[in-house]
Amino acid sequence: MTSATSTFARRLIACLDVRAGRVVKGVNFEGLRDAGDPAALAARYDAEGIDELVVLDVTATIEDRLALARTVSAVAANVFIPLAVGGGIRTVDDAARVIEAGADKVGLNTAALGDPALISRIAGRFGSQAVVVAIDAKRDGGRFTVCSHAGRTPAGWEAVAWAREAESRGAGEILLTSIDADGTLRGFDCALTAAVSDAVGIPVIASGGAGAAAHFVEVFTAGRADAALAATIFHDDTCRVRAVKDALRRHGLPVRL
Amino acid sequence: MIALIDYGAGNLASVRKALRAIGAEVFEPAGADGLGRASAIVLPGVGHFGSTAALDAAWRSAIRGRLEAGVPFLGICLGMQWLFEGSDEAPGTPGLGCLPGRVVRLPDRTDAGDRVKVPHAGWNTARAIPGTGSGRGMPGLEDGAYYYFTHAYAAPVTGAAAAVTVYGAPFASAVRCANICGVQFHPEKSGAAGLAVLRAFIEGARS
Repeated sequence: MTSATSTFARRLIACLDVRAGRVVKGVNFEGLRDAGDPAALAARYDAEGIDELVVLDVTATIEDRLALARTVSAVAANVFIPLAVGGGIRTVDDAARVIEAGADKVGLNTAALGDPALISRIAGRFGSQAVVVAIDAKRDGGRFTVCSHAGRTPAGWEAVAWAREAESRGAGEILLTSIDADGTLRGFDCALTAAVSDAVGIPVIASGGAGAAAHFVEVFTAGRADAALAATIFHDDTCRVRAVKDALRRHGLPVRL
Repeated sequence: MIALIDYGAGNLASVRKALRAIGAEVFEPAGADGLGRASAIVLPGVGHFGSTAALDAAWRSAIRGRLEAGVPFLGICLGMQWLFEGSDEAPGTPGLGCLPGRVVRLPDRTDAGDRVKVPHAGWNTARAIPGTGSGRGMPGLEDGAYYYFTHAYAAPVTGAAAAVTVYGAPFASAVRCANICGVQFHPEKSGAAGLAVLRAFIEGARS
C-alpha cells in the first residue's frame, strides 16, 4: 500500500535457526555454527523492537526429528509478539503440536511441495493466517527454481507459480528465501522478491542476504516485500534492529518504534 | 476469575499465557453453565467467522445473560466480530448482534486505486476515539500506538467504535459499549502496547 496516509508498518523478522535446542547459522545452507540460546535471543530481539520471530528447526527434514516443542515453549514463554515455527511439519497433528506449544503460525516447505493439500488441511483447521509457506528458490538462468530438503533438491516448480499455487490452497503468507543470497550479507534478491510479491495477494517475507540496513530499504522498495527476515546480522550485532528501522523511517517507510 | 471461552477457534494458548503473565486468574469453562462464576469474560478467536457457529444457543444465551448483568467482556479478533450481526465471511452464521452492523471484507484497493494485500497481516496504528460520557473509549489503548493485526474481514466504524485503523479503508479496530469491549488486533501478540490493553481490562473487571 503506497498511500501517504498509511501507517501500516514494514515488518522486521528475526529468524532463529535451531538445531538440538541451540541457535545455529550457516552460509548457503551449509556449515552450521553455534549462535546462542533461542529463548535468550528471542527476549533480546523483542526488547530491541523486532516485530516477529521465526523459529526454524533446520535439521528436522533431514534427520527426521521433531524435538521442537520444548524450544518453542521456552521462546514463547516471555515474548508477546507473533511467532512462526517451521521445520519438519508434515501433518495437521505436527502443526497442532507447535501451535499448542505457543506458535501462532507454522511454516511449511518440503512437506507442502510433496503434498500441496497439506496447506489446505492446516488452513482449514487453524485458519490461513496460521500457514506460512516457505519457498527456497535458486536462480537458474532467468528463472527461479524452487528447492526442497533444505535447499538441496529441485522440486519441479518455478517460484512464482508455486507461490500462486500455495496462495490458492490457503497459505496466509509466503516466506521467500534466496538460496544464492542466504548468508552472504550482500543483500536480498530483490528481483526474486518483486516477482513473487507482485504475483500474489498475500504478504511476502523476503529472506536471505541481509548484511546492512540499506539492504532492507532496497527490499522494501525495489523488492516490494511486505516483511524482511534476517538472522546473521542480528545475531552478530552487525546491525541492530533499531538501526534498520531508523533507516527505513528515513526513507519514508512506516515502522513500529 | 476470568472466563476464557474455548470454542475451537485458534490461539487460546497465547491469550491464556498473556493473561496469566499480567497476573490474571483464568479458567476455561467446560460449558455455558460455567460462565456463572466469571467476574469477566474473554472471547478469543482467529480464523474463519464460520467457526463461531460452535457458540451454540446455550453459549449465546449464557453470554447474553452475563452481558446484561454488566459483566465485563472482551472479544478479540473473531471474538470482537462476533458481537456484530454477522459477517460476509459466513453469511449463514449469525453473530450475537449486540452491536449493530455487519462485518465485511477489507478492500483490495484504496480509494486512490493503490493495491492492498488482504489479509491485513502485520502491525498498524489505532487512532483512539476519546470517551464521550459513559462507556466510550477503550481502556489501556494508546492513541497512535502499533498493534498486531491478522484478518481479512473487519467491522464498520459505527457509534460503538472506540478506535479506528486504516488499511485500504477505515475500520473499527476497537469497540466499546458499556461493559462490552472488543479489539480487532491481537493484544496478546502486540508486545507491551497489547499487554496494557489486557491489563486495563482485568483492572476494570476487578473494580
